[in-house]
Amino acid sequence: MARAAVLGRLTWQVATVESARTETATARTLVLAVPGWPGHLAGQHVDVRLTAADGYSTQRSYSIANAPEPDRVELTVQRVAGGEVSPYLVELAEPGDRMEVRGPVGGYFTWSPDAPDPVLLVAGGSGIVPLMAMIRTRAAIGSRAPFRLVYSSRGPDDVVYQAELDRLAIGGSGVDCTYVYTRSTPPGWPRAPGRLSGAELAAAGWPAERRPQVFVCGPTGFVEAVANHLVDQGHLGHRVKTERFGPTGGGA
Amino acid sequence: MSGLGESWIDGNVLAGGLREVFAVDLTVATARCAGCGRTGTMAEARVYPQAPGLVARCVGCDAVLLRMVRAPDRAYLDLHGLAYLEVPLPESAG
Repeated sequence: MARAAVLGRLTWQVATVESARTETATARTLVLAVPGWPGHLAGQHVDVRLTAADGYSTQRSYSIANAPEPDRVELTVQRVAGGEVSPYLVELAEPGDRMEVRGPVGGYFTWSPDAPDPVLLVAGGSGIVPLMAMIRTRAAIGSRAPFRLVYSSRGPDDVVYQAELDRLAIGGSGVDCTYVYTRSTPPGWPRAPGRLSGAELAAAGWPAERRPQVFVCGPTGFVEAVANHLVDQGHLGHRVKTERFGPTGGGA
Repeated sequence: MSGLGESWIDGNVLAGGLREVFAVDLTVATARCAGCGRTGTMAEARVYPQAPGLVARCVGCDAVLLRMVRAPDRAYLDLHGLAYLEVPLPESAG
């Protein structure tokens, strides 16, 4: 198992943009060709380093979006206003462009495909990305672990992977999706816009007695609120894994 | 949802930088705070990325557990806030 593996030295590798997909007005998926990429665990991330012509270089950490596959990494990047790296990745990077990546890294926020336990995924904004890697990995290996996703977005136009999630929701795939909108809703939506409440989370998730594995990813304030609800509902701390990405970055 | 209270992120972000120096993933290690004695997974520490480098603080008492700064040709690692680390390893006959 990877969490106990002794690993080789981690080095930067050259990645080439193979293609790009627009996901929302502010998010884009880059498909990167990374020769020799060893695959990854669902939920892991990769560090990306950009170096300018004058030698200035800067790096950021991004969650991996795809199920593991050889020689390929997909990143879904949300543009952060005033950001140094994300505007380039979301708006400018083109097929053929190169950047450096190192990874996969981080063995904590990962789903083990051999675990049969029910899984609750709670996403705030672009916190959906590592959770989508778990959903895609589940499908790729044919796992029957029952998944429930609770996905909070500002509005319907901010939902990443909507079409793919809709396909999953049809036909008893074992992945149930619940959407919460905090600022604007689709027409006729039965719920007024607002933050995810503890009662809504309890209704859409699993009872603590089922001992689900829970993964929560989103802005720091969103993850704090959700983690507190989960503890109040009796979920055990070590079964709730969190990934906070700071004050903003995707809008929950 | 803004302000300094939310300026921290999870210890997961330490993974890449620590893996440059160590052969194992230290974010899954159990760490004991030298300040308050609390133990927890390194990935659960609060990391403040605004400093030059990364500063990881204890969830229990806010004491600094670890500071990591990367210069072009070296890394600086301050571990004085850690009383110990328990690191998962593959089973070994030795």
